[in-house]
Amino acid sequence: MIAIIDYNAGNIQSVRFALNRLGIEPVLTNDIEQLQKAEKIIFPGVGEAGTAMKSLKEKNLDKLIPQLSKPLLGICLGLQLMCQHSEESNTDCLGVFPVKVKKFNPVLKVPHMGWNTIFNLKSPLFEGCSEDSYEYYVHSYFAEIGENTIAETDYINPFSAALKKNNFYAVQFHPEKSSSVGEQILKNFLAL
Amino acid sequence: MLTKRIIPCLDIKDGRTVKGVNFLDLRDAGDPVELGKRYADEGADELVFLDITATHEKRKTLIELVNRIALNLNIPFTVGGGISSVEDVSALLNAGADKISINSAAVKHPELVSEIASRFGSQCVVVAVDAKNINGAWKVFLNGGRIETELLLEDWVKQLEKLGAGEILFTSMNHDGTKNGFACEELARISDMISIPVIASGGAGKPEHFVEAFTKGKADAALAASVFHFKEIEIKDLKNYLAQQQIPVRL
Repeated sequence: MIAIIDYNAGNIQSVRFALNRLGIEPVLTNDIEQLQKAEKIIFPGVGEAGTAMKSLKEKNLDKLIPQLSKPLLGICLGLQLMCQHSEESNTDCLGVFPVKVKKFNPVLKVPHMGWNTIFNLKSPLFEGCSEDSYEYYVHSYFAEIGENTIAETDYINPFSAALKKNNFYAVQFHPEKSSSVGEQILKNFLAL
Repeated sequence: MLTKRIIPCLDIKDGRTVKGVNFLDLRDAGDPVELGKRYADEGADELVFLDITATHEKRKTLIELVNRIALNLNIPFTVGGGISSVEDVSALLNAGADKISINSAAVKHPELVSEIASRFGSQCVVVAVDAKNINGAWKVFLNGGRIETELLLEDWVKQLEKLGAGEILFTSMNHDGTKNGFACEELARISDMISIPVIASGGAGKPEHFVEAFTKGKADAALAASVFHFKEIEIKDLKNYLAQQQIPVRL
């Protein structure tokens, strides 16, 4: 069973439909037992970090998520919530990755919205994806580069396009909206 | 490098694709899902589906269509037309739309923009603004360009950014349908004024016009309908041309 964590953080239907296109019907849930039983877990999210953390806490998911042992993929805000701290509403996050999330310095347009390239790919998550392939982004905050960085993107400054630690994976872009490259990444995650 | 986006717009009536050559003369050109997929395969970066039925009884048809699009399309898409409440937005996002586009409703009830942004995030709020240059002043129009307001375009886009809009889709009524190019000067002016992305719309006729929209017009994306719809410009050729002209695009 593939589970998508449902915690009222924005539009999770896009992720569900992307899995449908790969022939998978995921379970949308915030039930702790179901999440513990799932073979793979997707942790999506759009919206604001403070509100999203509050919503996770209300459902006790803030304690559960860092303890899950199966492969988990955070997407967009999901990635940021898996970091240590976010400048957005000065929010303490889940701390899976010892990384800080900062606001882009608005010397260019913020949000960073549209298609940008990923490079320095360092994970089986990117099997079959070439360096500098395009992904779709929408975000105003970014995770710094650190030892857990497995892909980078450059907008205003280089940042973590993807992070990995043990069973935890996370991508800042939207693989569910990134055409065939995104589909390949989702397939790779499901094959882990 | 962040690329400039090419966005075909598909007009939808009763679940089918149409194109208003003018408001009365509509031509039927098929299934929105098939056409959308073809555009995506040719390299479109996003799609906009604009429902011009917008009568209440037909909303269900639209929701079903959005659901079918979402199941078949692997790039972002926006749905617009007749959206006037948070409930409308919720239904469309639940059906799988990535963004919604509002126009007249935002002018009538500006607080709707902030309500949608705070509930679903700014990233999904595209505000479409139709404006016309009248003796040097860019006036905002409503209801598909039929009603003139006292709002000035530049004031309105600044207010929209504050309200939490995620993107501005600016259509110049002076340029729309002319195929003589986008309203580049005014595009650049509003693009410099706000931090959120600006989508240029109205006037695309040749590949050169897209280059101008991105260079002179400082637009982040460009939208067009008929030039793509009637294959006067192929998206693949357009993007290759833009790349040759040093415009960053996703190839």
